[in-house]
Amino acid sequence: MITERLANPELAEFEVGGHTRASFLMRGALAAGAVYGTTAVAPFISNALGATTDVDILNFALTLEYLETDFYQVKAKTVGLTGQAKHDAANFGMEEAAHVAALTSAIKKSGGTPVPKPKFVFPVSSAAEFLGLAYTVENLGVSAYNGAGPLLKSKDLLAAAGSIVQIEARHAAAIGLLIGKSPTPSGGFDSPKTMKQVLAAAKPLIK
Amino acid sequence: MTTDLKEQEDDLAPQPRGIVEELVRDDVGRKKFLKAVGGAGAASFGAFVLAACGSSSSTTSTKSSTIASTPATTPAAAASVPASFGAGDVGILNYALTLEYLEQQFYAKVVKAGLFKGAVGSLVKEFGMQEGEHVAALHATVLKLGGTPAAKPTGKFPITTAAAVAKLAYVVENLGASAYLGQAASISSPAVLAAALAIHTVEARHAATLATLVPGGHVTPTGAFATPATAATVLAAVKPFIA
Repeated sequence: MITERLANPELAEFEVGGHTRASFLMRGALAAGAVYGTTAVAPFISNALGATTDVDILNFALTLEYLETDFYQVKAKTVGLTGQAKHDAANFGMEEAAHVAALTSAIKKSGGTPVPKPKFVFPVSSAAEFLGLAYTVENLGVSAYNGAGPLLKSKDLLAAAGSIVQIEARHAAAIGLLIGKSPTPSGGFDSPKTMKQVLAAAKPLIK
Repeated sequence: MTTDLKEQEDDLAPQPRGIVEELVRDDVGRKKFLKAVGGAGAASFGAFVLAACGSSSSTTSTKSSTIASTPATTPAAAASVPASFGAGDVGILNYALTLEYLEQQFYAKVVKAGLFKGAVGSLVKEFGMQEGEHVAALHATVLKLGGTPAAKPTGKFPITTAAAVAKLAYVVENLGASAYLGQAASISSPAVLAAALAIHTVEARHAATLATLVPGGHVTPTGAFATPATAATVLAAVKPFIA
Protein backbone atom coordinates (compact mmCIF):
# COMPACT_ATOMS: atom_id res chain seq x y z
CA MET A 1 0.00 0.00 0.00
CA ILE A 2 2.78 2.34 0.94
CA THR A 3 4.86 1.62 -2.11
CA GLU A 4 1.75 2.21 -4.18
CA ARG A 5 1.44 5.60 -2.59
CA LEU A 6 5.01 6.47 -3.43
CA ALA A 7 4.52 5.23 -6.95
CA ASN A 8 1.28 7.11 -7.37
CA PRO A 9 0.88 9.12 -10.55
CA GLU A 10 0.94 12.49 -8.84
CA LEU A 11 4.35 11.90 -7.31
CA ALA A 12 5.57 10.19 -10.45
CA GLU A 13 4.78 13.33 -12.41
CA PHE A 14 7.82 14.89 -10.87
CA GLU A 15 10.02 12.45 -12.62
CA VAL A 16 8.77 14.23 -15.73
CA GLY A 17 9.36 11.17 -17.90
CA GLY A 18 10.49 12.03 -21.40
CA HIS A 19 9.21 15.57 -21.18
CA THR A 20 11.15 18.68 -20.44
CA ARG A 21 10.15 20.69 -17.42
CA ALA A 22 8.80 23.45 -19.61
CA SER A 23 6.63 21.21 -21.74
CA PHE A 24 5.38 19.48 -18.61
CA LEU A 25 4.23 22.80 -17.18
CA MET A 26 2.85 24.04 -20.46
CA ARG A 27 0.74 20.98 -21.02
CA GLY A 28 -1.03 21.57 -17.74
CA ALA A 29 -1.48 25.26 -18.31
CA LEU A 30 -2.68 24.92 -21.86
CA ALA A 31 -5.17 22.26 -20.90
CA ALA A 32 -6.51 24.56 -18.21
CA GLY A 33 -6.64 27.44 -20.62
CA ALA A 34 -8.64 25.32 -22.98
CA VAL A 35 -11.21 24.78 -20.26
CA TYR A 36 -11.44 28.26 -18.84
CA GLY A 37 -10.30 30.50 -21.63
CA THR A 38 -6.99 32.29 -21.55
CA THR A 39 -8.39 35.65 -20.50
CA ALA A 40 -10.05 34.34 -17.38
CA VAL A 41 -6.94 32.57 -16.24
CA ALA A 42 -4.53 35.31 -17.25
CA PRO A 43 -2.78 35.74 -13.91
CA PHE A 44 -1.93 32.07 -13.87
CA ILE A 45 -1.67 31.20 -17.51
CA SER A 46 0.96 33.81 -18.26
CA ASN A 47 3.10 32.40 -15.51
CA ALA A 48 2.42 28.81 -16.35
CA LEU A 49 3.14 29.26 -20.04
CA GLY A 50 6.52 30.72 -19.33
CA ALA A 51 7.23 28.79 -16.16
CA THR A 52 10.67 27.69 -17.10
CA THR A 53 12.36 29.91 -14.58
CA ASP A 54 12.29 30.07 -10.83
CA VAL A 55 10.96 33.62 -11.06
CA ASP A 56 7.88 32.39 -12.89
CA ILE A 57 7.27 29.73 -10.27
CA LEU A 58 7.70 32.35 -7.53
CA ASN A 59 5.21 34.59 -9.32
CA PHE A 60 2.76 31.71 -9.40
CA ALA A 61 3.22 31.30 -5.63
CA LEU A 62 2.91 35.06 -5.17
CA THR A 63 -0.51 35.01 -6.82
CA LEU A 64 -1.69 32.39 -4.35
CA GLU A 65 -0.26 34.34 -1.43
CA TYR A 66 -2.00 37.53 -2.65
CA LEU A 67 -5.20 35.51 -2.66
CA GLU A 68 -4.69 34.22 0.87
CA THR A 69 -3.69 37.63 2.22
CA ASP A 70 -6.73 39.29 0.71
CA PHE A 71 -8.92 36.52 2.06
CA TYR A 72 -7.69 36.83 5.66
CA GLN A 73 -7.11 40.57 5.78
CA VAL A 74 -10.12 41.84 3.82
CA LYS A 75 -12.79 39.16 3.45
CA ALA A 76 -12.39 37.91 7.02
CA LYS A 77 -13.60 41.25 8.35
CA THR A 78 -16.98 40.85 6.64
CA VAL A 79 -18.09 37.42 7.85
CA GLY A 80 -18.45 37.90 11.59
CA LEU A 81 -15.63 35.73 12.87
CA THR A 82 -15.36 35.36 16.64
CA GLY A 83 -13.10 33.73 19.22
CA GLN A 84 -10.34 31.42 18.03
CA ALA A 85 -11.35 31.76 14.38
CA LYS A 86 -11.00 35.53 14.53
CA HIS A 87 -7.66 35.19 16.29
CA ASP A 88 -6.38 32.67 13.74
CA ALA A 89 -7.55 34.71 10.75
CA ALA A 90 -5.68 37.75 12.06
CA ASN A 91 -2.48 35.79 12.67
CA PHE A 92 -2.65 33.84 9.45
CA GLY A 93 -3.34 37.02 7.49
CA MET A 94 -0.16 38.60 8.84
CA GLU A 95 1.79 35.48 7.95
CA GLU A 96 0.41 35.35 4.41
CA ALA A 97 1.29 39.03 4.01
CA ALA A 98 4.82 38.19 5.13
CA HIS A 99 4.91 35.53 2.41
CA VAL A 100 3.81 38.09 -0.16
CA ALA A 101 6.58 40.43 0.94
CA ALA A 102 9.17 37.66 0.95
CA LEU A 103 8.22 36.36 -2.49
CA THR A 104 8.10 39.89 -3.92
CA SER A 105 11.55 40.54 -2.57
CA ALA A 106 12.90 37.22 -3.84
CA ILE A 107 11.50 37.84 -7.31
CA LYS A 108 13.16 41.26 -7.46
CA LYS A 109 16.44 39.88 -6.16
CA SER A 110 16.32 37.25 -8.88
CA GLY A 111 15.96 40.00 -11.47
CA GLY A 112 12.27 39.35 -12.09
CA THR A 113 9.16 41.50 -11.97
CA PRO A 114 6.54 40.59 -9.38
CA VAL A 115 3.09 40.05 -10.87
CA PRO A 116 0.49 42.65 -9.92
CA LYS A 117 -2.08 41.72 -7.33
CA PRO A 118 -5.23 40.38 -9.01
CA LYS A 119 -8.75 41.20 -7.83
CA PHE A 120 -10.39 38.39 -5.93
CA VAL A 121 -13.94 37.31 -5.30
CA PHE A 122 -14.71 35.04 -2.36
CA PRO A 123 -18.21 33.56 -2.49
CA VAL A 124 -18.70 33.33 1.28
CA SER A 125 -20.83 35.40 3.63
CA SER A 126 -20.84 33.54 6.96
CA ALA A 127 -18.08 32.55 9.35
CA ALA A 128 -18.74 28.88 8.63
CA GLU A 129 -18.48 29.40 4.87
CA PHE A 130 -15.36 31.49 5.33
CA LEU A 131 -13.65 28.79 7.38
CA GLY A 132 -14.69 26.11 4.92
CA LEU A 133 -13.08 28.06 2.10
CA ALA A 134 -10.03 28.81 4.27
CA TYR A 135 -9.53 25.08 4.75
CA THR A 136 -9.76 24.52 0.99
CA VAL A 137 -7.46 27.41 0.15
CA GLU A 138 -4.79 26.45 2.70
CA ASN A 139 -4.79 22.85 1.57
CA LEU A 140 -4.54 24.06 -2.02
CA GLY A 141 -1.56 26.19 -1.02
CA VAL A 142 0.17 23.17 0.49
CA SER A 143 -0.31 21.07 -2.63
CA ALA A 144 0.73 23.94 -4.89
CA TYR A 145 4.04 24.45 -3.08
CA ASN A 146 4.64 20.72 -2.78
CA GLY A 147 4.04 20.42 -6.50
CA ALA A 148 6.24 23.35 -7.44
CA GLY A 149 9.09 22.59 -5.02
CA PRO A 150 10.83 19.94 -7.11
CA LEU A 151 10.64 22.24 -10.15
CA LEU A 152 12.70 25.01 -8.55
CA LYS A 153 16.26 25.15 -9.79
CA SER A 154 17.66 27.22 -6.94
CA LYS A 155 18.22 25.26 -3.75
CA ASP A 156 17.98 28.47 -1.73
CA LEU A 157 14.57 29.19 -3.18
CA LEU A 158 13.54 25.59 -2.55
CA ALA A 159 14.48 25.97 1.11
CA ALA A 160 12.56 29.24 1.28
CA ALA A 161 9.51 27.67 -0.36
CA GLY A 162 9.79 24.84 2.15
CA SER A 163 9.75 27.27 5.05
CA ILE A 164 6.56 28.80 3.62
CA VAL A 165 4.73 25.58 2.76
CA GLN A 166 5.22 24.29 6.28
CA ILE A 167 3.28 27.33 7.51
CA GLU A 168 0.49 26.73 5.00
CA ALA A 169 0.22 23.16 6.30
CA ARG A 170 0.01 24.40 9.89
CA HIS A 171 -2.72 26.86 8.93
CA ALA A 172 -4.63 24.12 7.10
CA ALA A 173 -4.49 21.79 10.09
CA ALA A 174 -5.61 24.48 12.53
CA ILE A 175 -8.53 25.52 10.34
CA GLY A 176 -9.46 21.87 9.87
CA LEU A 177 -9.69 21.40 13.62
CA LEU A 178 -11.88 24.50 13.89
CA ILE A 179 -14.48 23.10 11.54
CA GLY A 180 -14.35 19.44 12.44
CA LYS A 181 -12.38 18.40 9.37
CA SER A 182 -9.25 16.28 9.38
CA PRO A 183 -5.97 18.10 10.05
CA THR A 184 -4.44 15.56 7.65
CA PRO A 185 -6.95 15.30 4.80
CA SER A 186 -4.54 13.42 2.52
CA GLY A 187 -3.45 10.99 5.22
CA GLY A 188 0.26 10.37 5.74
CA PHE A 189 1.34 12.10 2.55
CA ASP A 190 0.34 15.55 1.30
CA SER A 191 -0.11 14.98 -2.39
CA PRO A 192 1.25 17.68 -4.67
CA LYS A 193 -0.94 19.34 -7.26
CA THR A 194 -0.01 20.22 -10.78
CA MET A 195 -0.29 23.75 -12.09
CA LYS A 196 -3.42 22.70 -13.93
CA GLN A 197 -5.06 21.41 -10.77
CA VAL A 198 -4.16 24.51 -8.75
CA LEU A 199 -5.43 26.72 -11.52
CA ALA A 200 -8.72 24.87 -11.78
CA ALA A 201 -9.28 25.23 -8.04
CA ALA A 202 -8.23 28.88 -7.69
CA LYS A 203 -9.74 30.27 -10.88
CA PRO A 204 -13.26 30.82 -9.52
CA LEU A 205 -11.77 33.09 -6.83
CA ILE A 206 -10.01 35.39 -9.29
CA LYS A 207 -12.01 38.15 -10.99
CA MET B 1 -11.70 -4.01 17.99
CA THR B 2 -15.39 -3.39 18.45
CA THR B 3 -14.94 -3.91 22.15
CA ASP B 4 -12.07 -1.44 22.29
CA LEU B 5 -14.11 1.16 20.50
CA LYS B 6 -17.03 0.57 22.81
CA GLU B 7 -14.77 0.96 25.82
CA GLN B 8 -13.45 4.16 24.39
CA GLU B 9 -16.97 5.47 23.88
CA ASP B 10 -17.70 4.67 27.50
CA ASP B 11 -14.66 6.63 28.57
CA LEU B 12 -15.76 9.77 26.80
CA ALA B 13 -17.53 11.31 29.77
CA PRO B 14 -14.60 13.25 31.26
CA GLN B 15 -13.54 14.46 27.82
CA PRO B 16 -16.49 15.26 25.56
CA ARG B 17 -16.46 14.11 21.98
CA GLY B 18 -14.98 16.68 19.63
CA ILE B 19 -12.80 18.15 22.33
CA VAL B 20 -10.13 19.31 19.93
CA GLU B 21 -12.64 21.08 17.78
CA GLU B 22 -14.17 22.71 20.81
CA LEU B 23 -10.80 23.69 22.14
CA VAL B 24 -9.83 25.62 19.10
CA ARG B 25 -13.26 27.03 18.53
CA ASP B 26 -13.72 28.34 22.02
CA ASP B 27 -11.11 30.14 24.08
CA VAL B 28 -12.86 29.26 27.30
CA GLY B 29 -13.02 25.58 26.46
CA ARG B 30 -9.38 25.66 25.51
CA LYS B 31 -8.34 27.23 28.76
CA LYS B 32 -10.43 24.72 30.70
CA PHE B 33 -8.75 21.85 28.93
CA LEU B 34 -5.31 23.27 29.43
CA LYS B 35 -6.03 23.72 33.10
CA ALA B 36 -7.32 20.17 33.26
CA VAL B 37 -4.25 18.66 31.69
CA GLY B 38 -2.03 20.77 33.91
CA GLY B 39 1.76 21.00 34.07
CA ALA B 40 4.38 21.91 31.55
CA GLY B 41 5.89 18.47 31.05
CA ALA B 42 9.11 17.65 29.24
CA ALA B 43 9.97 21.27 29.80
CA SER B 44 13.72 21.00 29.54
CA PHE B 45 13.63 19.05 26.31
CA GLY B 46 11.06 21.42 24.93
CA ALA B 47 13.06 24.46 25.85
CA PHE B 48 16.11 22.98 24.22
CA VAL B 49 14.38 22.21 20.99
CA LEU B 50 12.56 25.51 20.83
CA ALA B 51 15.85 27.25 21.40
CA ALA B 52 17.42 25.21 18.64
CA CYS B 53 14.57 25.88 16.28
CA GLY B 54 14.28 29.59 16.88
CA SER B 55 11.85 32.02 18.48
CA SER B 56 8.77 30.65 20.16
CA SER B 57 6.86 33.83 19.54
CA SER B 58 4.26 33.66 16.82
CA THR B 59 4.19 37.37 16.25
CA THR B 60 7.73 38.66 16.12
CA SER B 61 8.99 36.72 13.15
CA THR B 62 6.05 37.62 10.95
CA LYS B 63 7.92 40.87 10.60
CA SER B 64 10.57 39.03 8.66
CA SER B 65 9.67 40.07 5.18
CA THR B 66 12.46 38.92 2.95
CA ILE B 67 13.27 35.38 2.03
CA ALA B 68 16.94 36.18 2.24
CA SER B 69 16.56 36.91 5.93
CA THR B 70 15.09 33.51 6.77
CA PRO B 71 17.43 30.84 8.06
CA ALA B 72 16.02 28.46 5.48
CA THR B 73 18.12 30.04 2.78
CA THR B 74 21.40 29.55 4.57
CA PRO B 75 23.11 26.63 2.87
CA ALA B 76 24.80 25.75 6.15
CA ALA B 77 21.38 24.98 7.60
CA ALA B 78 21.18 21.99 5.29
CA ALA B 79 24.21 20.34 6.83
CA SER B 80 24.74 16.81 5.66
CA VAL B 81 23.66 13.82 7.69
CA PRO B 82 26.32 11.65 9.38
CA ALA B 83 28.10 9.32 6.97
CA SER B 84 26.87 6.32 8.96
CA PHE B 85 23.43 6.80 7.40
CA GLY B 86 24.82 6.42 3.91
CA ALA B 87 25.68 8.78 1.09
CA GLY B 88 23.46 11.22 -0.80
CA ASP B 89 19.72 10.69 -0.87
CA VAL B 90 20.04 7.28 0.81
CA GLY B 91 21.73 8.93 3.79
CA ILE B 92 19.01 11.55 4.06
CA LEU B 93 16.28 8.93 3.73
CA ASN B 94 17.91 6.77 6.42
CA TYR B 95 18.19 9.78 8.71
CA ALA B 96 14.49 10.49 8.17
CA LEU B 97 13.69 6.79 8.61
CA THR B 98 15.41 6.80 11.99
CA LEU B 99 13.33 9.77 13.14
CA GLU B 100 10.13 8.21 11.84
CA TYR B 101 10.87 4.94 13.64
CA LEU B 102 11.14 6.92 16.86
CA GLU B 103 7.92 8.83 16.20
CA GLN B 104 6.09 5.63 15.34
CA GLN B 105 7.27 3.94 18.55
CA PHE B 106 6.43 7.01 20.58
CA TYR B 107 2.84 7.13 19.33
CA ALA B 108 2.47 3.36 19.76
CA LYS B 109 3.43 3.72 23.41
CA VAL B 110 1.15 6.71 23.90
CA VAL B 111 -1.78 4.84 22.37
CA LYS B 112 -1.03 1.78 24.49
CA ALA B 113 -0.92 3.91 27.63
CA GLY B 114 -4.47 5.06 26.88
CA LEU B 115 -3.83 8.62 28.02
CA PHE B 116 -6.07 10.19 25.41
CA LYS B 117 -9.69 9.39 24.73
CA GLY B 118 -12.31 10.60 22.33
CA ALA B 119 -11.36 12.90 19.47
CA VAL B 120 -7.85 13.50 20.77
CA GLY B 121 -7.34 9.77 21.18
CA SER B 122 -8.46 9.20 17.60
CA LEU B 123 -6.08 11.84 16.29
CA VAL B 124 -3.15 10.41 18.25
CA LYS B 125 -3.90 6.97 16.86
CA GLU B 126 -4.19 8.39 13.34
CA PHE B 127 -0.91 10.30 13.62
CA GLY B 128 0.83 7.16 14.84
CA MET B 129 -0.47 5.25 11.83
CA GLN B 130 0.76 8.01 9.52
CA GLU B 131 4.24 7.84 11.06
CA GLY B 132 4.10 4.12 10.36
CA GLU B 133 3.27 4.87 6.74
CA HIS B 134 6.27 7.21 6.61
CA VAL B 135 8.49 4.44 7.97
CA ALA B 136 7.25 2.01 5.32
CA ALA B 137 7.61 4.55 2.52
CA LEU B 138 11.12 5.62 3.51
CA HIS B 139 12.23 2.01 4.02
CA ALA B 140 10.91 1.07 0.58
CA THR B 141 12.55 4.09 -1.03
CA VAL B 142 15.96 3.31 0.46
CA LEU B 143 15.68 -0.20 -0.96
CA LYS B 144 14.53 1.17 -4.31
CA LEU B 145 17.65 3.33 -4.47
CA GLY B 146 19.80 0.28 -3.77
CA GLY B 147 20.65 1.34 -0.22
CA THR B 148 20.50 -0.49 3.08
CA PRO B 149 17.72 0.78 5.35
CA ALA B 150 18.89 2.10 8.71
CA ALA B 151 18.42 -0.24 11.64
CA LYS B 152 15.36 0.39 13.75
CA PRO B 153 16.35 2.21 16.95
CA THR B 154 14.75 1.26 20.23
CA GLY B 155 13.03 4.29 21.63
CA LYS B 156 12.55 5.13 25.28
CA PHE B 157 10.04 7.80 26.13
CA PRO B 158 8.76 9.28 29.35
CA ILE B 159 5.09 8.30 29.08
CA THR B 160 3.70 9.89 32.22
CA THR B 161 0.73 12.24 32.11
CA ALA B 162 -1.44 13.33 29.21
CA ALA B 163 -0.12 16.87 29.60
CA ALA B 164 3.54 15.84 29.52
CA VAL B 165 3.00 13.49 26.61
CA ALA B 166 1.09 16.09 24.59
CA LYS B 167 3.91 18.55 25.16
CA LEU B 168 6.53 16.00 24.16
CA ALA B 169 4.55 15.09 21.03
CA TYR B 170 4.30 18.77 20.12
CA VAL B 171 8.04 19.20 20.51
CA VAL B 172 8.84 16.02 18.61
CA GLU B 173 6.58 16.93 15.68
CA ASN B 174 8.04 20.43 15.44
CA LEU B 175 11.47 18.86 15.47
CA GLY B 176 10.45 16.42 12.75
CA ALA B 177 9.13 19.21 10.56
CA SER B 178 12.35 21.19 11.08
CA ALA B 179 14.40 18.10 10.27
CA TYR B 180 12.71 17.55 6.91
CA LEU B 181 12.97 21.23 6.08
CA GLY B 182 16.66 21.14 6.93
CA GLN B 183 17.28 18.41 4.35
CA ALA B 184 15.02 19.52 1.49
CA ALA B 185 17.69 21.49 -0.34
CA SER B 186 20.18 18.62 -0.09
CA ILE B 187 18.03 16.01 -1.82
CA SER B 188 19.16 15.21 -5.36
CA SER B 189 16.33 13.18 -6.84
CA PRO B 190 13.18 15.15 -7.70
CA ALA B 191 11.07 12.08 -6.89
CA VAL B 192 12.66 11.69 -3.46
CA LEU B 193 12.25 15.43 -2.89
CA ALA B 194 8.57 15.22 -3.81
CA ALA B 195 8.10 12.38 -1.33
CA ALA B 196 10.00 14.23 1.40
CA LEU B 197 7.90 17.35 0.85
CA ALA B 198 4.75 15.23 1.05
CA ILE B 199 5.87 13.95 4.45
CA HIS B 200 7.24 17.30 5.65
CA THR B 201 3.89 19.06 5.57
CA VAL B 202 2.17 16.18 7.34
CA GLU B 203 4.63 16.51 10.24
CA ALA B 204 3.75 20.21 10.26
CA ARG B 205 0.04 19.37 10.39
CA HIS B 206 0.67 17.07 13.35
CA ALA B 207 2.65 19.79 15.12
CA ALA B 208 -0.07 22.38 14.54
CA THR B 209 -2.73 20.02 15.86
CA LEU B 210 -0.74 19.26 18.99
CA ALA B 211 -0.13 22.98 19.48
CA THR B 212 -3.82 23.32 20.28
CA LEU B 213 -3.41 20.85 23.15
CA VAL B 214 -0.45 22.22 25.06
CA PRO B 215 -0.12 25.29 27.26
CA GLY B 216 1.78 27.93 25.33
CA GLY B 217 1.53 25.92 22.13
CA HIS B 218 1.65 27.87 18.88
CA VAL B 219 0.24 26.69 15.57
CA THR B 220 3.11 28.58 13.94
CA PRO B 221 5.77 28.78 16.68
CA THR B 222 8.28 30.56 14.44
CA GLY B 223 5.82 32.87 12.74
CA ALA B 224 5.43 33.13 8.99
CA PHE B 225 8.54 31.14 8.14
CA ALA B 226 9.36 27.69 9.48
CA THR B 227 12.95 27.18 10.50
CA PRO B 228 15.06 24.21 9.41
CA ALA B 229 17.17 22.16 11.80
CA THR B 230 20.46 20.49 10.99
CA ALA B 231 20.93 16.76 11.41
CA ALA B 232 23.38 17.44 14.23
CA THR B 233 20.80 19.47 16.14
CA VAL B 234 18.05 16.95 15.58
CA LEU B 235 20.14 13.90 16.46
CA ALA B 236 21.36 15.57 19.65
CA ALA B 237 17.77 16.32 20.59
CA VAL B 238 16.53 12.77 20.05
CA LYS B 239 19.55 11.07 21.64
CA PRO B 240 17.93 10.93 25.11
CA PHE B 241 15.05 9.03 23.54
CA ILE B 242 17.14 6.22 22.06
CA ALA B 243 17.79 3.26 24.35
